[in-house]
Amino acid sequence: MPDITPDVVSHLANLARIALTEDEIARLTGELEQIVESVAKVTAVATPDVPATSHPIPLGTVTRPDVVGVTLTTEQALAGAPASEAGQFKVASILGEEQ
Amino acid sequence: MSLDLIRSSAADVAAALEAREVSSVEVTQAHLDRIAAVDGAVHAYLHVASDALDVARSIDERRAAGEQLAPLAGVPVAIKDVLCTVDMPSTAGSKILEGWVPPYDATVVARMRAAGLVPLGKTNMDEFAMGSSTEHSAYGNTHNPWDLDRIPGGSGGGSAAAVAAFEAPLALGSDTGGSIRQPAAVTGSVGMKPTYGGVSRYGAIALASSLDQVGPVTRTVLDAGLLHDVIGGHDPRDSTSIPDAWPSFADAARAGLRGEGLKGLRVGVVTELSQESQGFQAGVLQRFRESLALLEAQGAEIVEVSAPSFEYAIAAYYLILPAEASSNLAKFDSVRFGLRVDVPGGTVEDVMAATREQGFGPEVKRRIILGTYALSAGYYDAYYGSAQKVRTLIQRDFDAAFAQVDVLATPSAPTTAFPLGSKVDDPLAMYLNDLTTIPANLAGVPGISIPAGLAPEDGLPVGIQFMAPVREDARLYTVAAGLEALLEQQWGGPLLAQAPAL
Repeated sequence: MPDITPDVVSHLANLARIALTEDEIARLTGELEQIVESVAKVTAVATPDVPATSHPIPLGTVTRPDVVGVTLTTEQALAGAPASEAGQFKVASILGEEQ
Repeated sequence: MSLDLIRSSAADVAAALEAREVSSVEVTQAHLDRIAAVDGAVHAYLHVASDALDVARSIDERRAAGEQLAPLAGVPVAIKDVLCTVDMPSTAGSKILEGWVPPYDATVVARMRAAGLVPLGKTNMDEFAMGSSTEHSAYGNTHNPWDLDRIPGGSGGGSAAAVAAFEAPLALGSDTGGSIRQPAAVTGSVGMKPTYGGVSRYGAIALASSLDQVGPVTRTVLDAGLLHDVIGGHDPRDSTSIPDAWPSFADAARAGLRGEGLKGLRVGVVTELSQESQGFQAGVLQRFRESLALLEAQGAEIVEVSAPSFEYAIAAYYLILPAEASSNLAKFDSVRFGLRVDVPGGTVEDVMAATREQGFGPEVKRRIILGTYALSAGYYDAYYGSAQKVRTLIQRDFDAAFAQVDVLATPSAPTTAFPLGSKVDDPLAMYLNDLTTIPANLAGVPGISIPAGLAPEDGLPVGIQFMAPVREDARLYTVAAGLEALLEQQWGGPLLAQAPAL
């Protein structure tokens, strides 16, 4: 059983782009340990001879004719954005000063 | 005119509308009045449509002009807030989407509008459908109409409470691990999770894409069939949508109401989901067994079947769901829609992290972190990979069971509605509420929950669930309607007639 430490949770939060507080990291460390311990029972029956199922009903790759369909206008696509300019989504700088 | 506008079934309201004994404006107004009277106490709705009466009036005008309308035209419907609606906010119960009005309708919503149904509003839910009590909504919990101090189930507690409190005759839900069926069970209503791919998910805000399914939430089996007929069928906009033609589910329910389908029916009782030692409340098992006895008396054969891998279903589910959710919820990034928390001098990454910290509630964070863990290098094979193998084993258990029986029966939930606040801080205890519903999602098979009576010890509703092989949704409607008719004969009317006045 791998150890779930505050450092592990902090790393996961960074990967998931959630700026957790110290309190949240502490609480999640305990909760995650319990949950992982409980769900780890799947390894008991997942023997090498059992194939994995990713999808309940097998369907082939679905394609459609390569023709223009009904799509959103630029205005509709931008309508819910927190900020936009010149027909584009507007965000803070991508790179920090040290980069 | 003797029709009770809010307590009648959607089928009866539709017949009265068709016969012009009543107008859609009258029916819609009656529901808006009911919402105004009781929703302060129930809190089933997050948003009430401002134009419902206008929509109703246009249906009345079309009918008056002699237009031939679809069977449910003019009947009001409530919509779970996970479904996109162009004219109402769609938040999925999350602060990160507060006030967001989508630029398109979910396919199921578009189909209901085309069939002339009248949207009443959007119903409350656990944030991004993560929960079994609706207590994880960012907008306050919904109350169970049978006892306002108890949970209405979840994640679709709002839709279930809306129909149970007569605030809507019909509602839409979504079911990833039981979010339609478990709320139905604890509120004395009917909830159907169709075969995976049977109903379009286009415009349903995704939780776990290999599990999610949209379906009807109603007070009768026939009403669920009528609504399923409107929303179901192939949708080219959902690549997981099954292209097959489907029979009429309303007709399947009517066959059940006529008493067809029970004689000779083989009903499987799952050994692993029917014992008190597995956490089932005594009154839940009592009503479950009484329902089986009723079926047996009509010529059904009760067969005990074993599904040994079901024991691992919750564990597999709480790896697969968080893994898929952590990926699906990456789209809430402060760029294209929803909340943005400004970080002075910060990069877009800082803004994303601050936004997601403020916009997501505790259960959503818990599951995203768990999913990120399950998918991370070094653990992927042990956790996510093993969970996918368990999924195969569970499908094999279903295949073996359906080689012996026509339908499987289980209690819909291990207990009746529990008190608000009693499990909200204990994630593992909360996850156990979906013990009986999760296997169907993992295997993609359809499942329906209908009321089976009140538990003697607490007087609260108990649900019985039926499951059928993939694509055999019609069989569920026939069997469930058959049992519903037998039970209502015993009760002298619908179970919800026994609910306390609000």
